[in-house]
Amino acid sequence: MKKKLGKMTDTNLLLTITIVVFFALYIGAMIFQGKGFLKPQTFFNILNGNAALIILACGMSLVMITGGIDISVGGVTALVSMCCAVYLDYHGGSVLGSIMIALGIGLAFGIVQGFLISYLDIQPFIVTLAGMFFARGMTTIVNTNPFNVANEDFVALKETRLVIPFLGSVNKLGKYVNAYIEIGVVVALLIVVILFVVLKWTKLGRKFYALGGNAQSALMLGINVKRTKFISYVICGLLAGIGGYVYFLHVGSGSASHASGAEMDAIASSIIGGTMLTGGVGNIIGTLFGVLSLSTIQNIVSSAGLGEAWWTGITNASMLCMFLVVQSLVIARKKKALKNQEMM
Amino acid sequence: MKKKNVKCAVPFFDTVSGGEPKVRDKTVLEMSNIHKSFHEVHALQGVDFFLREGEIHALMGENGAGKSTLIKVLTGVYSKDEGQIFLKGIDKPVSIHSPQDAQRLGISTVYQEITLCPNLSVAENIFIGRDSYGLLNWKKMNEGAGKILETLDIPTTPTQQLASCSIAVQQMVAIARAVDMDCKVLILDEPTSSLDEQEVEKLFKLMRDLKKRGVGIIFVTHFLDQVYEVCDRITVLRDGKLEGEYEIRDLPRLQLVSKMLGKELDDLSDIKAAVKIEKKENGGALFETNDLISNAGIKPFDFYIKKGEVNGFTGLLGSGRSECVRAIFGADHVVGGTVKKNGATIKIKKPIDAMRNGIGYLPEDRKVDGIIGDLSVRENIIIALQVMKGFFKPFTKAEANKFADEYINLLGIKTASADTPIKSLSGGNQQKCILARWLLTHPEYLILDEPTRGIDVGTKVDIQKLVLKLASEGMSITFISSETDEMLRTCSRLVVMRDRKVVGELKGDELTQNMIMSTIAGGEK
Amino acid sequence: MESKKKQSAWITKLAGNRIIIPIVALLLLVIFNLIMDPSFFKINVGYNSAGNPILSGYLMTILDCGSELVILAIGMTLVTAATGGQDISVGAAIAISGSVILRVLCGTNSRPETLQAPIIVAFLISCIVAMLFGAFNGVLVAFFKIQPMVATLILFTAGRSIAAWINNNELPIISEPSFGYFGGFIPGIPIPTPIFIAGVCIIIIALVLKFTNLGFYTQAVGINESSSRLNGLNPTFVKFLSFVILGLCVAVVGLIKVSRISSINYSVIAKDIEMDAILAVALGGNSLSGGKFNMTASILGAYVIQFLTTTLYKFDVKSDALSAYKAVVVILLVVLSAPVVREWFAKLWKNIKAFIAPKKEAEAK
Repeated sequence: MKKKLGKMTDTNLLLTITIVVFFALYIGAMIFQGKGFLKPQTFFNILNGNAALIILACGMSLVMITGGIDISVGGVTALVSMCCAVYLDYHGGSVLGSIMIALGIGLAFGIVQGFLISYLDIQPFIVTLAGMFFARGMTTIVNTNPFNVANEDFVALKETRLVIPFLGSVNKLGKYVNAYIEIGVVVALLIVVILFVVLKWTKLGRKFYALGGNAQSALMLGINVKRTKFISYVICGLLAGIGGYVYFLHVGSGSASHASGAEMDAIASSIIGGTMLTGGVGNIIGTLFGVLSLSTIQNIVSSAGLGEAWWTGITNASMLCMFLVVQSLVIARKKKALKNQEMM
Repeated sequence: MKKKNVKCAVPFFDTVSGGEPKVRDKTVLEMSNIHKSFHEVHALQGVDFFLREGEIHALMGENGAGKSTLIKVLTGVYSKDEGQIFLKGIDKPVSIHSPQDAQRLGISTVYQEITLCPNLSVAENIFIGRDSYGLLNWKKMNEGAGKILETLDIPTTPTQQLASCSIAVQQMVAIARAVDMDCKVLILDEPTSSLDEQEVEKLFKLMRDLKKRGVGIIFVTHFLDQVYEVCDRITVLRDGKLEGEYEIRDLPRLQLVSKMLGKELDDLSDIKAAVKIEKKENGGALFETNDLISNAGIKPFDFYIKKGEVNGFTGLLGSGRSECVRAIFGADHVVGGTVKKNGATIKIKKPIDAMRNGIGYLPEDRKVDGIIGDLSVRENIIIALQVMKGFFKPFTKAEANKFADEYINLLGIKTASADTPIKSLSGGNQQKCILARWLLTHPEYLILDEPTRGIDVGTKVDIQKLVLKLASEGMSITFISSETDEMLRTCSRLVVMRDRKVVGELKGDELTQNMIMSTIAGGEK
Repeated sequence: MESKKKQSAWITKLAGNRIIIPIVALLLLVIFNLIMDPSFFKINVGYNSAGNPILSGYLMTILDCGSELVILAIGMTLVTAATGGQDISVGAAIAISGSVILRVLCGTNSRPETLQAPIIVAFLISCIVAMLFGAFNGVLVAFFKIQPMVATLILFTAGRSIAAWINNNELPIISEPSFGYFGGFIPGIPIPTPIFIAGVCIIIIALVLKFTNLGFYTQAVGINESSSRLNGLNPTFVKFLSFVILGLCVAVVGLIKVSRISSINYSVIAKDIEMDAILAVALGGNSLSGGKFNMTASILGAYVIQFLTTTLYKFDVKSDALSAYKAVVVILLVVLSAPVVREWFAKLWKNIKAFIAPKKEAEAK
């Protein structure tokens, strides 16, 4: 067992921990809290509520794997939802047009930030921090007051539910209710799969890892470091655009306070999913489970009757804290084991 | 060992300056009039360099002579200020702006530091960056890597994470990568410093094979033996200028050294004589260890050193010699055993404890453990003494300057000023700064772990001289070096290590190359 | 000729120094304001509701409101230098320390008639609490070797919740006027108190840097941890210490913040101040990846940010939209100070010089 642990790559090791923890949490909740957690719909609701976060966290994981960070994603989400809302309601736009706007905003942020970070060599934290400020400020400039979108096409799309057969449950009135997921979930899962494939089975994907592992070495190995870094930020920006639209689709309104702190949630999910901020280590599947773990624990806390607002913050933080400490201990122990092994 | 070639060096570069490329039909690479400067420093001043097909060409020079700069210009890490580079089969000068360009043109490189990605697998490290986009076939890649590893006899598997391989294996993987690329020019920049003898042999065999296939190989090394073992020609650089280009048989060892140093031969023999001063020791043990053991994986060891004695730890790389001295200094976590000073037990848990007890330690890895790169030469020199003096008693500027200037002069450290960041100095001068740092604390016992690694011949001799001088003034010194002849010259007693265990001790008449070798190999009595 | 050489050397030295960035930024802002409206720099004497004379004007606002940022920038600079990372939890920690002060002052009643404890006691307790939270971050970073941004993400997430929990989610209000002195005016002194507090902090840190090795050790650890350890330093402790010092700064800021409004709003107090503090460090030309630092530059950087904020307010930018403008200015500044861009400018300058020089020579002849 120990030998196996030593042989595992860091990425796989952390991924395993995350998945185990998620299932432990969920099964624990099923056993001890029963009821709600026994219904499949509870799980689907977690997905529905977090589809946008999954997408944002995917983008975040990607830049984190390359050793960077993008804290503008929450701001971009707010900006996207506000712009789309204004476009749909005040300018009578079409749904397709609004999707284009979302993608456009995301891409624009990705390209500008990516250029500044990779070609002008400015610290990603500063650039994307400014990006976040800019996006939040622009959201208020576009429209100050929050409002719900009434565009019919959009509402129809928002209300679209994909029914999952056989997993429905009987509600309090004794009526059978189908289990369902929203469109956003499909988009999110699709993105997870695509990104997973890109990272695992394409040369570009492996370059992201190489870059995060050691940028100087990556350069010497003949990788176009600047371009690769640029691409990672563009993808992250694009995903922020898509995530923003999925978020918009879920809440159906525009507001400057939307997705506040989403960037930190995304970072937290990525970390819980086994991505390391130092770069070079991480996995998209882990990120998915990171988001799910985080929201599962929130569900557990709220259904345990700890309704006060501060509990969410405190549980999230303790979860993050636990993961960080476990990760650092596991990695340290593994390093030690390797060292000893080498000496034997 | 080598036949002395009496014939003096033919000034081959006469033809170079004449500009008549008579013997250059088979030239695979030509660099002409290369200039490169960093800020105000001219690292390369009009260097010409030729490489023929199927030759192994040594690029020699002291640290700071411009070897690394020349290579980095060639591989596109630096962009040259002036000059042209020609490659075989391309009519016009090639422009190399990035390592990618170099790779595409058939120039592959193994750098001194390992430039691989620790988080990727061995196979990925061999293949990444060689073609840009598309899907990745793991199976094919691992199979390919497996074959390469097998042919080169590298003890690892393609799927292993690189970080979990030993440094030597990592270096071999880097070589495997460079070799596997279909290259016209192969650059090996000090590839042997972390390899043991067998691995070096493997590498040499490989180099000879490649040579037969017509690859031009540029070989940079500090080991003169290796140069004479495999190389065909030598280009010597000094102070950023071309000193000359020679056939290997035309340039005996001593002359090569004198070319590198720019000194006459007499000076060198003088140095040899000078370092042969008496090796005296007296009195009881100054420091003594009993069953000392640290968490770095060494077996418990006993060791003692007397006042004014120079001794050394010897053994192959990884035999635990560094770990022993690190344990004495408290650099690794000590888990058992005792250290005695003048017979009284002392507690050394952290480096500061050792420093307070009069021990200084010059670490093996200068870059990682020695220099504090962004700080100035002055700060790097005073730091150890400052830390001993205490947090609340900083030196005044005048004091610090005085200390720094004193040792800059004493050791002849070449630096623009005491304010210069130490990272911009050459390796040898950095080493001298660290030496100055410890001398400033006036230690009773100084541990020098590989003080001569990766620095130029001149400084090497300087350091050996200094060691003997300090010892004659009463300082106890432990001197560790990979080069046995250096240790034979300086040490009066050698502790031999194998497999992280002390296996013998040699002194007096036993101090011969053969005896050391046989003890290391296990032929002890 | 000699003096000219000296002069140019001096200029090169200054240009190489980090402090040039905030100075240039400050100059640009000053010039901009001078052109747009010189009255920006006017300082008026007025009377507050209590009838005390006070100084007012945009400059006073900058100095006054910049105080918190300056104090934080001091701690943040040390943390950045020692750990190569930033503490993003300072805003949340300020909420906690402010909440602690109020809790101690109010006791069990959230609207007390009289203070339940002396202010100094409340402040000292909040110092201890803030330093403990700093120590918590420090332990995660120094002992568990977690990257600072990630480690402080924990407190960032939990901090405001903890702050609310300390006061049972109530919003205590202090009616005692003397509590307002720290964030407002001491009767008879026309200059806002935070300016003095910031001044004291600056003097203290200057003395500490001068008479101890804090700066030297911090930089050494930030540049090369392993090497510092072998020279007898204790990198773990130095990193830990930097977080504790930041904790102290946080407590001081917490006092000013709650004193300003004599109350607290858990979700709004010191919001986004961590970002401003980090920006101040970066604007000071300090590398965010640790190592060498320049405290003066960081402090100047903090004032530059406040200057910018106040300038924007003056031009009737809404507080919510403020961040967009700030972002643009910040990006401009960072882009201009980026090494790549600077190199490019240097090359351009060289070419221009080379273009002009022959002409001059010809003229001389």
